[in-house]
Amino acid sequence: MNNYIYRKIKNRLMISLSYLALIIALVPLVSIIIEVVSRGLPAINFSFLFEEIPPLGQAGGGIGPAIQGTVIVVGIASLIGVPIGVVSGIYLAEFRETKLALLARFLHDVSSNMPSIVIGIFCWALLVTAIGWSVIAGAVALAIMMIPVVTRTTEESMKLVPTTIREAAIALGIPQWKTTITVVLSSAKKGIATGILLAVARISGETAPLLLTILGSRFWFGGVTEPTAALPLTIFNFSQSPYAAIDWPRAWGASMILILMILGINVIVRYFTREKYG
Amino acid sequence: MRKRFPEFLSNLISKTRIISGKKTATLRIRLSGDYFFKVITAAVAFNVFIILGFMVYKIIEKSALSLQTYGLGFLLGTTWQPFPPDPSRSPVFGALPVIWGTLVTSAIALLLGVPISLGIGLALSEFAPKRFTYAVSFLVELLAAIPSVIYGLWGIFILIPFLQNSVYPFLQATLGFLPMFQGTIRGPSVLTGGIVLAIMIIPTVSAISRDVFAAVPNNQREAIVALGATRWERAKVVVSYGRSGVMGAIILGLGRAVGETMAITMVIGNQFNMFTSLFDPGYTMASIIANEFTEASSPPVYISALMEIGLVLLVFAIVINVLARLIIWRSLKIVRGAEMT
Amino acid sequence: MSYKIEIEGLNAWFGKKHVLKDISMKIQENVVTAVIGPSGCGKTTLIRCLNRMHETVLGARVSGKVLVDKEDIYGRNVDPVTIRRKIGMIFQKPNPFPMMSIYDNVAAGLKLNGMKDKRKLDEIVEKSLKMAELFDEVKDDLNKSGASLSGGQQQRLCIARALAVEPEVVLMDEPCSALDPTATAKIEMLIRMLSKDYTVIIVTHNMQQAARVSDFTAFLYLGELIEYGRTKDIFENPKSEMTEKYITGEFG
Repeated sequence: MNNYIYRKIKNRLMISLSYLALIIALVPLVSIIIEVVSRGLPAINFSFLFEEIPPLGQAGGGIGPAIQGTVIVVGIASLIGVPIGVVSGIYLAEFRETKLALLARFLHDVSSNMPSIVIGIFCWALLVTAIGWSVIAGAVALAIMMIPVVTRTTEESMKLVPTTIREAAIALGIPQWKTTITVVLSSAKKGIATGILLAVARISGETAPLLLTILGSRFWFGGVTEPTAALPLTIFNFSQSPYAAIDWPRAWGASMILILMILGINVIVRYFTREKYG
Repeated sequence: MRKRFPEFLSNLISKTRIISGKKTATLRIRLSGDYFFKVITAAVAFNVFIILGFMVYKIIEKSALSLQTYGLGFLLGTTWQPFPPDPSRSPVFGALPVIWGTLVTSAIALLLGVPISLGIGLALSEFAPKRFTYAVSFLVELLAAIPSVIYGLWGIFILIPFLQNSVYPFLQATLGFLPMFQGTIRGPSVLTGGIVLAIMIIPTVSAISRDVFAAVPNNQREAIVALGATRWERAKVVVSYGRSGVMGAIILGLGRAVGETMAITMVIGNQFNMFTSLFDPGYTMASIIANEFTEASSPPVYISALMEIGLVLLVFAIVINVLARLIIWRSLKIVRGAEMT
Repeated sequence: MSYKIEIEGLNAWFGKKHVLKDISMKIQENVVTAVIGPSGCGKTTLIRCLNRMHETVLGARVSGKVLVDKEDIYGRNVDPVTIRRKIGMIFQKPNPFPMMSIYDNVAAGLKLNGMKDKRKLDEIVEKSLKMAELFDEVKDDLNKSGASLSGGQQQRLCIARALAVEPEVVLMDEPCSALDPTATAKIEMLIRMLSKDYTVIIVTHNMQQAARVSDFTAFLYLGELIEYGRTKDIFENPKSEMTEKYITGEFG
């Protein structure tokens, strides 16, 4: 009997600890959201969103260039990264047994966990030494981070398309490659779009690679070969400022904008993929 | 229909299919659309080789100066002096303190983060009622979506005051006999860095663990329950079955911890030293690059030294990831192979 | 006569679907009782109600009484965990633990109950493997993975595992349906031997197997108990027309 009671107690204890772990993990999430909203919201107003970034310690101004910079750099990165990622994903899904595919998949897994700062120094070495601190260097860095993720989600989405659809198209006389591009791709497009959106959300928040490529700036976008501002960088700079009263609320305000963007994308994506879980 | 091809396309002809018409003597030479499709998509998929290859090449190239100047001693050196007080002496660089910092913070992240992640994985796959699991899983994954710099911001202004005032004094009071809990308590410290990293790896490790556990075949659960197992005892069987996947998840979590930059830079204190107490400020490989790279315009060996640290980080990341893939792949074979009978 | 198991008014549901309708029967000790019937008649659900496995499925519900040694296993404060030690189960598809050795598989239940003494464990593992007619085949390497055996061997391993915790009742859910004829024959022989010490209840869709192996037979159809009696009587002199139709192969 002793043993039985011991087992019962242990059972209760371990299950409670598991739930406790769940609560522990959710505390930071709730805390971050509460703090970002309560400290960031007061800092946001019309001029905050549209005016130029002031020097540290100076009142007034806003984070307009940071928002613009993020949108531009992420936009260009997506223009580079999405086509490459999707086409690579198509190859891996359609020709998955070839040696190239096996090796490529392995390398994609390895590179999707590459530290973002390493990608940053690579793009510095490759581009900044050639054309200086620039939007292009930053966009390439973010694209490099984006490609493995988009490749993987594209591949997974295409693999989910039932073979019956392919077979039906081929039986109608449509060549293999056309089947892939038209029929299979359009069946998988929801999953692919999801993957792209999540990848975009992820790179929007990256700071480290931008630190070493676009450098950051206080001014509006001035050309792809010039440095520019970006939300994560601006948040970082304000947070390091000694002028607490003036700059720290700006950091929170900028964080709020960034979080709204990112969590917004995540929630929308999650909502639209809800059906899958039934 | 007959098409004529110039000489330099002759190699393409060898890839085309030649179909003979039944009643006519003409040959129909058709370019295979499939062939082109395969070649083009393969070429694009090849990008990962190019990018990784270039990355390794360029980083080694830029580290070359530092590699030549300091050799292997770089990894063991503990001095970081870009501008020696005596101008006649050359700069000295050594990476041991940042390697030490990366290792210690990652270890703390795993020690704290993995048990919590496993608990979450089990709670979501084994214990919690099904109607809650989707919503809760979503919340845990939201943690992964929060950018590193915001973790850092929260770390500076909310976590550090809390730890410094409520938690650390308690730790020192109870565990102060251990050298790692001695010394002046500082908010921005190695321990804080480790804690923030732990929080950041939880979404990854717990999501993978949850998926691994959910994939355990139900007949395994039934087998142990039929012998008279409690829910926890059943969970132990599930974890045992999925342990290779869990190992892989842990190693991936380690990879994230090692590469994490902004959050840890903002809370670790950024001091180059071989710290002995967890309450000391410290430095990691990623942080030193983030902090000093843009200012390191001269002397040239300064940037090269930072590059070399980047190289070490790159090697760490590759080794960790390859290890994770191999472990998952190999153990999946064993369990799947057994299921085949 | 005292019966090992007395089922009184047992009803079972999967959500809204009423799968067992008011089943009542008394099962004797140390005999083999077969439960037969066409697919979907509820025979698997019936035995899963006897070790309270039915309720582990989401949406499943049970009402009624099942008395084992005069005590209702569905009683107010009864913990299913204790029931399942007394009433063991063998599943349709062999399910040894692939990440454990043969030894550890058999010892799994014992370790749950806190047994740590290596000598005692060795003793019981060997005894159980012998009872399951598996010992001679595996004795040279008990450390091999539990899944490295053939299908028939795996099923015997599962039997050894179930016997190790010394149950009083052994439930078998179509134990041979995933096995080849030779393995099936071995297991059928085993079942007859087991009935000397255990009360065995076996679900089978194979009537010849039921006739070969069991002392009593219950025929279920669409969740209802149509007929129950000595196997000889059921097969040679069925009282119900439906029983006769099923036995002669007219349906199911």
